[in-house]
Amino acid sequence: MTPAPSTSTPETAGAPDHGRSGAGVPTPAPAAAAPKARRGLGGLGRYILVRFALIIPTVLILMTVVFFLMRVTGDPITAAQGGRLTPEELAARRAAAGYDRPLIVQYLEYLGNVLRGDFGTTYTDHTPVVRILLTYGAATAELVVYAVIVALALGIPLGMIAARRRDRWPDAVLRISAILAYATPVFFVGLLLKLIFSVALGWLPVAGRISNRGELAMGQILNPSPFYLLDAIRLGSPELIADALSHAILPALALGLLTGGIFLRLVRTNLIGTLEMPYVDSARSRGVREGRLATRHALRPALIPIITVMGMQIAMMLGGAVLTETTFEWKGLGYMLAQYMQARDYVAVQGIVMMLAVIVAVSNFVVDVIAALIDPRVRY
Amino acid sequence: MTISTPQPPVDGVDLEAQALAAEGTAIADRRGEPWYLRLPVISHLRRSVGLQRGMLITGLVLVAGLLLTALLAPLLAPYSWAATSADGSSFGTQQPPGTPGHLLGTTVSGFDVLSRVIWGTRTAVAVMVCAVLASIVIGVLLGLVSGYAGGWLDRILVMIADAVYAFPSLLLAIVMSIVISQGQSSMWGGILAAAISITVVFVPQYFRVIRAEVVRLKAEPFVEAAKVVGTGHMRIMGTHLLRNATRTLPLIFTLNASEAILTLAALGFLGFGIEPTMAAEWGYDLNRAMADATSGIWWTGLFPGLAIVLAVLGVTLVGESINDLNDPRLRTRRRRRRTTAASGPGTAEAATKETQS
Repeated sequence: MTPAPSTSTPETAGAPDHGRSGAGVPTPAPAAAAPKARRGLGGLGRYILVRFALIIPTVLILMTVVFFLMRVTGDPITAAQGGRLTPEELAARRAAAGYDRPLIVQYLEYLGNVLRGDFGTTYTDHTPVVRILLTYGAATAELVVYAVIVALALGIPLGMIAARRRDRWPDAVLRISAILAYATPVFFVGLLLKLIFSVALGWLPVAGRISNRGELAMGQILNPSPFYLLDAIRLGSPELIADALSHAILPALALGLLTGGIFLRLVRTNLIGTLEMPYVDSARSRGVREGRLATRHALRPALIPIITVMGMQIAMMLGGAVLTETTFEWKGLGYMLAQYMQARDYVAVQGIVMMLAVIVAVSNFVVDVIAALIDPRVRY
Repeated sequence: MTISTPQPPVDGVDLEAQALAAEGTAIADRRGEPWYLRLPVISHLRRSVGLQRGMLITGLVLVAGLLLTALLAPLLAPYSWAATSADGSSFGTQQPPGTPGHLLGTTVSGFDVLSRVIWGTRTAVAVMVCAVLASIVIGVLLGLVSGYAGGWLDRILVMIADAVYAFPSLLLAIVMSIVISQGQSSMWGGILAAAISITVVFVPQYFRVIRAEVVRLKAEPFVEAAKVVGTGHMRIMGTHLLRNATRTLPLIFTLNASEAILTLAALGFLGFGIEPTMAAEWGYDLNRAMADATSGIWWTGLFPGLAIVLAVLGVTLVGESINDLNDPRLRTRRRRRRTTAASGPGTAEAATKETQS
C-alpha cells in the first residue's frame, strides 16, 4: 500500500486527498469526493460513483447464490440436529424458526434483515453474527496486515533482484522459491514453522495470540481494543509487546510467504517489461546507473499492476487466513468459521461467509479507486 | 519484426505486436515438422532452453510420478489406507519412521503413513481430473452461448461470473461442500463433492476466457460468411467458434489442476474432506498431524505435506513453463547488456543454446 500516495502525486494533482479518505473509510468517500471531482478531475468522480454502485449487485448476487445453495439441501436445524431429535420435534423447531415457509419468503426476509445489519444469530451459541465479526474480525485484520507487510517486504525487493539478475542464478533460485511458496499449502508451511521454531528450537510459541499471563495483564486495561499489540503499546510494557509480537511472527510468516511469492513474480515480470521500455533505454543512454534505473525509473510503473492484483489477493488472503488461523489457533473470523463448520452451525457459517463477501467487495472497490488515482487509463 | 507501430510510453502494444510477429514466424517454420513434434508439451520442450527446460522437465517428471503412483497404488502401498493391523497383529501407534514394516512410521490412530500417502495420490488425481473436466465443459459451454447470444443473458452471466470470481474461492468451496455432502462423505461422494466445489470456483475463469474470445471471433468475416450461407447457430458455435476459442485452454488447465489439489487439501484440513476410513486424503492427515506437532511427532504431517507440495509443484512447473514459453517477453533469451560488470557465465551458455527459429 505504501507506494500509492507518492506515485499518485505527479499524475493527478489533488488526488492523494481522495486516495487517503478512500482507503481509510470507504463508505463516505465517494459522496465527499464526487462534487469536487466533477469540477477538477474530470471522469474520476464518476468512476468512483459507478464503481461504488457496482458493489451492490456483486454482493446481492453472492448473497442470493449462497442463500439458495445452502437452503436447497435442507435447513440449518435439520443439519445440526438431524438424527438426534424425533421427526415431530424437528418439525416443531423448524416451524418455530420459520424454516417451513416458502423459500422466497425466507429469502426476502433474510435480505431485509441484512439491510438492517442483521446477519442472523448463530444456532449453537445464540450470538448475533455481527458481534462475531466485531469480536474476531479485528484479529483477522491484524493478521492480514502483518502478512501484507511480510509479503511486501519480501516480494518487492526480491522481485527487483530477480528482474535485474534475469536468467542468472539469483533469478533461478528466487523463481523456484516463489513457485515453491505457491505450491506449499499455508497449513503445511505453518506446520513446518511450528516444528522448527516452536518444537525443535523452542524460540516461539506454538499457537494463540498471546500467552495466558499476557491475557491476564491485558485484562487490567480499561477499555481494551481488540488489537493486542495496540493494547500492549498503550500499557507501555515491553514484555507484553514482545509477547504479542512473538505470537504473531509465525502466522504472519506462513500467510505472508504465500502472497510474497505472488508479489515477487509480479514485480519480476512487470519490471522486466518496463526495463525494456524506450524511456528506460533513453535514461540509460544518459548515463543513469543500472541500480537507479531499476529502483527509480522502471519500478513505479511496474508497481501499478501489483496494486490491482492486491484486490484479488485480499480475497485469497482471507481464504488463507481461515487456514492460518486454524493452524495457529489464532482466534479470528477464520478460526471461528472452522469451529462453526465443525459444529454444523450453518447459520453462523452463512453469516460469516456473507460478511467476508462484503469485506472483499469493499476492499476491491478501494483498490480499484487507488488504481484509478495512480493510473488515469483505468478510469471510464 | 518489421512492424513499426507508434510507441505509446507505457502501453505494451509494440511488444505485443512484436510478440505476434515472432509467434507467426515460429509457427510458419514449424509447419514442415512431423506432427508429433508439434504436440503442445513436446513442442514446448523443444523450444525451451536452460533453466526453463529444467523446470519443464522437472515438472513433467513429477506429474508422471504422480500419475504412475495413483495408477499403481495397489502395488506400491504396503497396506490399505484404512488398515491398522496386518496378519492379525496391530501396527502400533506413533511408531517413528524406520520401524520395520513401516518405512514412514504410523499415525496416532495407528495408520501406516506411507500407505496413506500413496493412496492419497489416487484421491488427489481423481479430484483433479473430475474438477478440471467438469469446469472445462461447463465453462466452455456457458462462455460460448453467452458470448454468441449476447444481450441480457450475457450480461447476467457475466455479472454472476464476476461476483463469483471475486469471492474467496476457499469459502465458496466450503459452502459447496456443505451443500453437496453435508460435510461428511464416502470415497466417491467425497471426491465428487470436492470436485464439484472446485468446479464452481473454476467455471468463471473458463467462462471469461472463452466468452472474450467468442465476442472477438464473432465479428470475424468467416463467422459472417457462415451466417450468410445459412449455417445454423449450433453449427457456428460448435465448429467455427469453439475450435478457434479454445487455444488458450491448456494453460488454465494446468494452473487449475494445481489449485484443485490445494483446495481439496484445504477442505480436508478444515475437516470437510473425506472420512479416513473411506479414502486416504492428505489434507485430513495434516489436520490430524497438527495436534501431534506439539508433542514432537513430525512424521505424520511432514510426509503428506511433502506429497501435496510435490504434486502441486509438478503441475505448476509444467503450467508455468508452458505459459512462459508461449509469452515471447518471458522466454529465456540473451539480454542486450554491454556495459554491466556483473555478466555471469551462465547467460552466455544459455544464449548460444538459443534455438529461436
